[in-house]
Amino acid sequence: MTTYIVRRLIQTAGLLVLLSILLFALVNLAPGGPLSGQGQSRHVDPTKVELLKRQFGLDKPLPTQYLIWLIGNDWMRVDKNGDGILDSYGTRQGILRGDFGFSFRSRQPVLTEIGQRLPNTIYLTVITMLVAVLIAIPIGIISAIRQYSTFDITVTTFSFAGQAIPEFWLGLILILIFYAWLKNPFTGEPLLPPGGMTSVNSIGFDLGDRIIHLILPVLTGALGWVAWYSRFLRSSMLDVIHQDYIRTARAKGLPNWKVLYKHALRNALVPLVTLLALDLPYIFGGAIFVEILFSWPGMGRLYYQAALDRDYPILLAVLIIGASFIILSNLLADIVYAYLDPRIRFE
Amino acid sequence: MNQQTSNHSTSIGAGVWKRFRKHPGAIFGFVIISILIILTVFAPLSPYDPEASEITARYHPPSWIHPMGTDALGRDLFTRALYGGRISLTVGLLVVIISVTIGIPTGALAGYYGGKLDGILMRITDAFLSLPSFLVLILLSAILREVEIPLFERNNVLTISLVIGVFAWTTFARLVRATFLTLRETDFVAASRALGGSDLRIMINHILPNSIGPIIVEATLEFGYAIIEESGLSFLGFGIQPPTPSWGNLLSNAQEHFTKYPWLAIFPGLMIFLSIISINYIGDGLRDAFDPYKVLEKVGEF
Repeated sequence: MTTYIVRRLIQTAGLLVLLSILLFALVNLAPGGPLSGQGQSRHVDPTKVELLKRQFGLDKPLPTQYLIWLIGNDWMRVDKNGDGILDSYGTRQGILRGDFGFSFRSRQPVLTEIGQRLPNTIYLTVITMLVAVLIAIPIGIISAIRQYSTFDITVTTFSFAGQAIPEFWLGLILILIFYAWLKNPFTGEPLLPPGGMTSVNSIGFDLGDRIIHLILPVLTGALGWVAWYSRFLRSSMLDVIHQDYIRTARAKGLPNWKVLYKHALRNALVPLVTLLALDLPYIFGGAIFVEILFSWPGMGRLYYQAALDRDYPILLAVLIIGASFIILSNLLADIVYAYLDPRIRFE
Repeated sequence: MNQQTSNHSTSIGAGVWKRFRKHPGAIFGFVIISILIILTVFAPLSPYDPEASEITARYHPPSWIHPMGTDALGRDLFTRALYGGRISLTVGLLVVIISVTIGIPTGALAGYYGGKLDGILMRITDAFLSLPSFLVLILLSAILREVEIPLFERNNVLTISLVIGVFAWTTFARLVRATFLTLRETDFVAASRALGGSDLRIMINHILPNSIGPIIVEATLEFGYAIIEESGLSFLGFGIQPPTPSWGNLLSNAQEHFTKYPWLAIFPGLMIFLSIISINYIGDGLRDAFDPYKVLEKVGEF
C-alpha cells in the first residue's frame, strides 16, 4: 500500500510540474508576450519597453523566468529601477509559497481577488448541485424500478433534452419568461429579478431576497446536472437490481420497498457519490455562463473578465489552482479505491 | 481472406444499420440533422445577404418574409442562422477529424508497444485530462483572437476547430489504447506476426477494426460537444468573430435587447438545441446498434 501511494504521489508531482511548465509556456510564448494585452497606446517608447521588461524580469531566459514564477526571487538580486544594474533583492515569493503575483487590472494580489470571488461561487454551485441531486435521485430511482413505463420514457426524453440545452440559452429563456413576461400579480413588477446576488436596496441579511435571487441561476445551472445524474442513477440502479443478492433478499421474503431502498439503493448510490466527488474540483472555475448571465460576482466572471483584459496572472492562477484540485481529487479517489480494493495496488 | 473479411464486415454493418433503424430517437435525430445540413448547404439561395445591413427592416418580428425576424441592422435572422449553422457544423466536423487524427495513432502506439512509450503518452494524456478544458479554451482563443497568422486569422473556423480539437483527442486515445492492450496478446495477432505481418499492418488491419464501433459512437458525441463548445466560446466573444454569424455570437448579440425582441434570443439557441439533441440521439442509437453483446448474438446465429 505504501509503495502504491508513494508511486502515485511521485506521478502526481510530475504531472503538476508538467502542467505548470505547459501553462507558463503558453502564456509567455503567446505572440507579443505577457505584456501584449496591456499598454493600449500606439506609440510606446521602445526604451521604456526595455525598462519595463528589465523591471519585470522579462529580459531573462524563459527557464529562469519559470523558476522565479515558481519559487520567487527574494533570494537573488534584481534590477528594480530597470537601469540595467542589479540593485536589490526581489520581493516575489513564487507560487509554491502562495504568491501568484498581482492582477494587471486591479493591481491587487491575485489571491485577494480569488478570495473575494470564491465564496460567491461556492455558495451558488453547492446549492445548485444540492438541488440537482435532490431532484435527480427520486427521478433516477423511479425510472429504474418502473423501467419503460410512461414515466420512464417521459423522463428519459426530458433528460435528453436537458443535456442538449446550452446553459447560456436556457438562462436567456428563463430571464425572458420570469423577468420579462411573467409579472407579480400583486405589485405588477417582474416575477423574478434578472440577476445579482441581492437587491440593491436590501439591508443586512434578507433570506427571502437571497432565495429570490437564487431561483433562476440555480435552475439554469441545475438542469444539465439533473439530466446527467438521473440518467446515471437509473443505469446504476438497473445494474444493481439484477444482482444475485437482490434476488436473495427477495427470496428471503423481504417486502419490496425494503429490498429496493435498503439493499439496492445503497449500492446504486455509491457510483453517484464517486461521480459527485470527482465533479467537486470543477466548482473552483465557477459556473461561467450562469455567472455572466445573472451578474453573479464569482470565479467564472473573474476568469471571463481576466480573459477579456488578458490579465495573465489571474488566468494562470485560476488554471493552476483548478488543475491542482482536479489532480489531487483524482489522486485521493485512486488511493481510496486502492485501500478498498487490494487488486488495484498490484496493477 | 480479403473476400471473407469484407463479407463479414458487411454483415455486421448491415446489422448495425438494421438495429439503428429500429431506434426511434436515432431516426428522429437523423432526420433533423439531415434537414439542418441540407438547409445550411443551400443557404446561399436565400434572397437576403447574411452580412449587409438593411436599415429599413430593423427589428422586424418573425413573419412569412422573415421566418425568424430581423436583427438590429435589419439582417434576416433565418439567413444568418443558416450561415451560422455552416460554421458550427464545419467546426464540429473539423474537430472530429483533428481529434481522431491525433487520438487514434497515440492510443494505438501506446497500447501496442506498451512500456516506456505507453508511459510517456499516457502521462501527456493525463495532463490534458486534468486541465479545466473550457477555461483553457477561453485562454487560448483569447490569445489567438489578437493574432494574424496566415490561414488562422482572428479566430476563424480553422483556428477554433484546432483549439477545440487539441483538447478533444484524449477520449479517442484512451479508447483505442484499451482495445490494443486487450488484443495485442491474442492468437490472431500472434498468427499474423508469425506470417510475417508488419507491426503497422497488424495495427491497422487486425486490431484497429475491433474498436471501430466505439470510435464512431465517440466521434458522433464529440461532434456535438464541439458545437456546444464553439457556441459557448462565440457567446463569450472569444470564438467566431462578427460580422461572420455563428449560433453562439448570434445569441451573444441578442443579449442586449432580447427582452424587447425575444426572437433574437429564441431562434439561434433553438438551432443549437435541435442539432445537439439530434446528434445525441444518433450517438445513442449507434451505441445500441454497435452493442458487442448484440453483435455476438448475431454472429452466434450463423
